[in-house]
Amino acid sequence: MKKYIDTGKKDTRSGFGVGLLEAGRADSRVVALTADLKGSLKMDAFAAEFPERFIQCGIAEANMVGAAAGLAITGKVPFIGSFAEFVTGRVYDQVRQEVAYGKANVKIASSHAGVTLGEDGATHQTMEDLALMRALPDMVVINPCDFNQTKNATIAAAKYEGPVYLRFGRPSVPNFTPENEEFVIGKAQILNEGKDVTIVACGHLVWEALLAAEALEAEGICAEVINMATVKPLDEEALVASAAKTKAVVVAEEHNMAGGLGEAVAGALARALPTPVEFINGQDRFGQSGTPSALLAAYGLDAQHIAEAAKKVIARK
Amino acid sequence: MYSNDQLKEVSTQVRRDILRMVGIAKSGHPGGSMSSTDILTTLYFNEMKQDPATWTRDGKGQDMFILSAGHMTPVYYSVLARAGYFPVSELATFRSFGARLQGHPSIRKGLPGVFQASGSLGQGLSAAAGLALGKKLDKEDNFVYCLCGDGESEEGQIWEAGMFAVFHKLDNLIAMTDWNGKQIDGPVDQVAGEGDLAAKWEAWDWNVIVAEGHDFDSIKKAFELAKAGKGSGKPTMILFKTEMGHGVDFMAGTHKWHGSVPKPEQLEDALKQLGETSLGDF
Repeated sequence: MKKYIDTGKKDTRSGFGVGLLEAGRADSRVVALTADLKGSLKMDAFAAEFPERFIQCGIAEANMVGAAAGLAITGKVPFIGSFAEFVTGRVYDQVRQEVAYGKANVKIASSHAGVTLGEDGATHQTMEDLALMRALPDMVVINPCDFNQTKNATIAAAKYEGPVYLRFGRPSVPNFTPENEEFVIGKAQILNEGKDVTIVACGHLVWEALLAAEALEAEGICAEVINMATVKPLDEEALVASAAKTKAVVVAEEHNMAGGLGEAVAGALARALPTPVEFINGQDRFGQSGTPSALLAAYGLDAQHIAEAAKKVIARK
Repeated sequence: MYSNDQLKEVSTQVRRDILRMVGIAKSGHPGGSMSSTDILTTLYFNEMKQDPATWTRDGKGQDMFILSAGHMTPVYYSVLARAGYFPVSELATFRSFGARLQGHPSIRKGLPGVFQASGSLGQGLSAAAGLALGKKLDKEDNFVYCLCGDGESEEGQIWEAGMFAVFHKLDNLIAMTDWNGKQIDGPVDQVAGEGDLAAKWEAWDWNVIVAEGHDFDSIKKAFELAKAGKGSGKPTMILFKTEMGHGVDFMAGTHKWHGSVPKPEQLEDALKQLGETSLGDF
């Protein structure tokens, strides 16, 4: 299979920070807002270079969403940043009314998503945010897989006209996508071509999917790996083409079952090409404290579980 | 500038519009619309630098307005129509399927004059603060106005926005509260114990002006004082003392008309009380 080199582990949120700075340099309309999490969201460099365009909101996320919508109406391109739970669940109505229904050109920068937030535990580990954001009409939902892709997705989000939910995380993970590859919203990436099974993944689990494909290859199974970084709109064309070839699909995401990538994929396949699907996700659970790797294993989200699911779904063909 | 007599005539016509709109739609919110009529008439006909002919949603080079208490669409739409943003005949479509005049303000139907969706209470002041900050960043001189309800001010986000506007020195933001003392379930002091709004906004370090919301001299004076606050580094809150359902005896001063619609005979009585104007019904 195609080899991917980890060029050194980095956190995806730092990719956002670098992307935000680049977007800010390219477009003076870009402004950044945070609710007392400038450092956690890696907004320091942007704030240092563009102090007037960095807007501290204090611990008041609801107001931050509305203020960003107002800024967007005047022609700014606001990025609002906080932990994933606090820019979705905490402010769902504000995001719905002001950003999605209000068609405001606001970019929601959502860090520390999923159980890999780690030690802080379940209060801060949302496993429901993709569902909430997917449910909103006109919301684009992106969950890039590594530092480089998060940087490039941030730049793409700034150029896109409309609401975007950009999800990333806290832990350092392998950085393997090209440094300056243009991120095309709504376009899946075929990371490895295969014929026996399709593994569709987003976010941190894309690397796990690649590891799983390697392990499967050793057993003579040739897995196609799709990086579905744009969760909405879903690249149904790429998905259906792959399913038509492999006739078996595994979907892996650091999110619960309800409303996540798995259901999006299953829904698309049910309409276009009914295909057996196995799901790698948090099922219907809250997270807990622990290291990111321990939690990925405990919640069945690592490469080993993905490989097992692949064999299971192949048996269902 | 409109004289008090002219403003009075517009306000009377707007109140007629409000009642006829909710009468035709058989739904809507006349009570708060009628308490804030004189404020919005003065704002749109006397105060705001905003031109319907060149209006765009980004509000460039113009004053902007957000109706945070979004249920007060009857007064909002009537004032917009009477000020020339769209034909007054369109008021007859209020709340009907396919209408630009949605039950609560929407930007999705292309209704001129509306900058942002509102109606989920407590959110409009944040959006207005964002507009004001955008104007500051663009070094624009214009003002941003926002109308909240006193019941609405029970929402915590109002006070988040209050903190934000002071911290970012938004002295181009003029917020107003329709202080009619009533909300759906009853008098505000019996539903939520909101207390003295003037003291609360003063504690929040805003410029606070208390005015009579049915007295055009008082309304004009309040706007004058508010605009003079520019340069102070502080946003302004004008607390307009008003009466829910003002202008019609059986509707005045009771929370029961927050979201109730007059029956045909009540509508006839109400319109008779208000009297006809030279502007004519839609």
